[in-house]
Amino acid sequence: MEEKKNIIDLRNISVVFEDGEQVLRDFNLSIRDGEFVTLLGQSGCGKTTTLRVIAGFIEPSAGDVLFDGKKINGVPPYQRPVNTIFQRYALFPHYNVFENIAFGLRLRKVPEAEIRQRVGEMLKFVNLEGFEKRDITKLSGGQQQRVAIARAVINKPKVLLLDEPLAALDLKLRKDMQNELKNIQKQLGITFVYVTHDQEEALSMSDTVVVMNEGTVQQIGTPVDIYNEPQNAFVADFIGESNILDGHMPKDLVAHFAGKDFVCLDKGFAPNEEVDIVIRPEDVDIVPVEQGMLTGLVTGVTFRGVHFEIIVDIEGFKWMIQTTDFSPEGSTVGLHIEPDAIHVMKKSKYSGLYGDFSSYSDEIDQLSELTEEEE
Amino acid sequence: MKQSNLMAKIARAPYILWAAIFIVVPLLIVVYYAFTDSSGSFTLANLAELVQYKETFLLSLWYSLIATFITLLISYPFAFFMSRKGPNAQRMMLLLVMLPMWMNLLIRTYSWMNILERNGIINNLLGMLGIEPLTMIGTGGAVILGMIYNYLPYMILPIYTVMSKIDPLLLEAAEDLGANNLAKLRRVILPLSKPGVISGIAMVFVPSISTFYISQKLGGGKIMLIGDVIERQIQTAYNYNLGAAISLILMILVLLSMAVVNRWAGKDEEGGVIF
Amino acid sequence: MKTLDRVLTWLIFAFLYAPLLVMVFFSFNAGRSTAIFSGFSFKWYIEMFTNRDTMLALQNTLVLALLSAIIATVLGTMAAVGISKMRSQAGRSAIMTTTNIPMMNPDIVTGVSMMLLFVFVGRFLMADNSLGFATLLIAHITFNLPYVVLNVLPKLRQTDKHLAEAAMDLGCTPVQAFFKVTLPSIRPGILAGFLMAFTMSLDDFVISYYTSGPNFQTLPLKIFSMTKKTVKPDMYALSSVIFIAILVLMILVNLAQAKADKQNQQNPRR
Repeated sequence: MEEKKNIIDLRNISVVFEDGEQVLRDFNLSIRDGEFVTLLGQSGCGKTTTLRVIAGFIEPSAGDVLFDGKKINGVPPYQRPVNTIFQRYALFPHYNVFENIAFGLRLRKVPEAEIRQRVGEMLKFVNLEGFEKRDITKLSGGQQQRVAIARAVINKPKVLLLDEPLAALDLKLRKDMQNELKNIQKQLGITFVYVTHDQEEALSMSDTVVVMNEGTVQQIGTPVDIYNEPQNAFVADFIGESNILDGHMPKDLVAHFAGKDFVCLDKGFAPNEEVDIVIRPEDVDIVPVEQGMLTGLVTGVTFRGVHFEIIVDIEGFKWMIQTTDFSPEGSTVGLHIEPDAIHVMKKSKYSGLYGDFSSYSDEIDQLSELTEEEE
Repeated sequence: MKQSNLMAKIARAPYILWAAIFIVVPLLIVVYYAFTDSSGSFTLANLAELVQYKETFLLSLWYSLIATFITLLISYPFAFFMSRKGPNAQRMMLLLVMLPMWMNLLIRTYSWMNILERNGIINNLLGMLGIEPLTMIGTGGAVILGMIYNYLPYMILPIYTVMSKIDPLLLEAAEDLGANNLAKLRRVILPLSKPGVISGIAMVFVPSISTFYISQKLGGGKIMLIGDVIERQIQTAYNYNLGAAISLILMILVLLSMAVVNRWAGKDEEGGVIF
Repeated sequence: MKTLDRVLTWLIFAFLYAPLLVMVFFSFNAGRSTAIFSGFSFKWYIEMFTNRDTMLALQNTLVLALLSAIIATVLGTMAAVGISKMRSQAGRSAIMTTTNIPMMNPDIVTGVSMMLLFVFVGRFLMADNSLGFATLLIAHITFNLPYVVLNVLPKLRQTDKHLAEAAMDLGCTPVQAFFKVTLPSIRPGILAGFLMAFTMSLDDFVISYYTSGPNFQTLPLKIFSMTKKTVKPDMYALSSVIFIAILVLMILVNLAQAKADKQNQQNPRR
């Protein structure tokens, strides 16, 4: 792939709100032209703020915003070559579908004939032909979403900013719209900066995922990198499920955890350096006890459709294992871990906070609570 | 289901009866009086007599239009600024706007008379500076000022109410799509605040065109508005028939004016906003 | 923009409060004038509180306002409930149009029309003077009713229809369901309607002027008859007392509201 130039650079951005709350700290991010970038994090992590800094609705307290290499701090939103799709769409209730889409063109005094033609093309593009005269309030959520897309995209922005655009849709529609958005991005070839708290959405749509927490970047990478090579315990826990164990590195290619040495593929740590070990639940094999590298007691089994989710207690630490083989609760099983299933991370301030499934059911409750608040 | 329908009927029956007797019937009686003489026989004389009040009607219309226009002109930006302030400032300002409304209109108007009259406060202050006293009471300006003063909150409140309900996200969306401040005002704020403006116009225009107290006090007996004529016919001349005829025409005038305003506003909104 | 905001705000408040300041200021005048200040004194306050006529008018006003607001609130709430269950679109819009008439019509026309009704009926009954407390009360209830109906109806529309059904499902009779479930959920609307009706009645002059007789005087009517002559500062003293009372009341309501808002922010809807 050829190296494209950066269309947006955020350099050392800090944002402090009037009430003194710091939402972004020394934030750096470069976005390449034509890229689909997703800012992923829980509510309050600063992802929407980042988007609003790019759109121009928030002036950073410190740092520079560069567009095509030129500084655009202080340029008002209406002069920036970016458009936004807002979370609640923000369609104008006093205009019909046609006038909503034509809004930006009218402001730029585009001739009437051209407006008609371009809005017509746009309606076709988002599959809303024949809806010109329709009242905005009489549209379904999915249709409103399409109008919001058309209204933004018709202005031919260099960058489209999307603030949790699918949050208000139901699951089925959300999946359809994910594909549709991805297609639109491919067809237009413009940069998308997408904000979401839904990791699955982020992993399936993006070229690049930016995991954020507490106003800082935790990791930037491709979806595969983010999943397979998390940089710290926060990312490992936030993306997918992880068993995260305390351990150390006696030497290169050997990791020590759960009281044993294991062969692994990681190196470059100081001798005996304290580390966090990540092992994904699907990377652990259940084997007969005598063949196991570790043995433990099955304390919980849940059927998940494609696989079973088994909780195994090994000396007080509860592992989660996803397997297609059934092991009954109360049985003793052996665990087998391949070297490439072990991922070693440097210690961070998130070490020890995540990755033990001893209170698994509680964690699920908290998660569902979080998504509720997101609304 | 049947039972609950019956109960709903019983619940609304007293009101329907009341509204029929005390809202609808009185209007019919106005019509009856307007078309009869004091002995109760049919006549068009009352309506014929109205011709001599043509000037008064026009003057009332003219003054109330000016007052409504000026009130709108100052209320609109004020309500806009108010709606963009912090919640505490908004609450405080709302209180300050509403407070004068709760004071008796007669007292407030009388107080203006004290300020404007020949031996009044303004002229006393001017006198200290050695300036000749001005004649303000008895001018059209004083009457219009009285209308603006008394009904200003009725314009501010409905406009403020709709403005404060405009989703800030819509303004951001407009800005995002290329709208500067002027375009935001013209394409988003103005159309969305229309219902409030209409309510405000109605709430200022209707009492202004029908006032008699303001013109009595600030008009200094020199300015007669349509309300004064009705008051005189009913309360001093006891000519109920002529009073009814003028009231009828006033009512029709008001309804027509509001129909014009509503047509201008389009049919998209159901009724206006009461605060 | 900022300067325009500030200038306009100050100008408007100066304009709104100038005559009120004049009023308060001259209520302390030692002289009889309401325009020339000749020394500080409380005497008009004493005179006002000891004037039996004024106190009677004040009492009349409060009784009338309270009574008319209560009756209008009961009738109006019942009406709103009945109207909200109406199926016929035509019937509903006929009722709503009628309800809007007193709000649209100039007060003077409402006053005159009711007076003519009373005079007309009075003539039939051969009554000498039909105007008095009863007609005044009827008039006030009439112009108060729309405020109650228009405040309660939207609340009824907002309440979940399934609530009453759920209550009945759990064993309530329709009447019990109304009192246990529907009524509490429309209470804010009823309260707002009552307060609006009460204050409209307190403040009304024009309609009262046409529908009351010489035997029953409210405060606005008394003020009117006094301002026909030259007003002494005692009227200003009375108005200043009312002004302060309303100010204190509104500040209290405001503080309560601010507190409620804050609590709402702390426990977001759940």
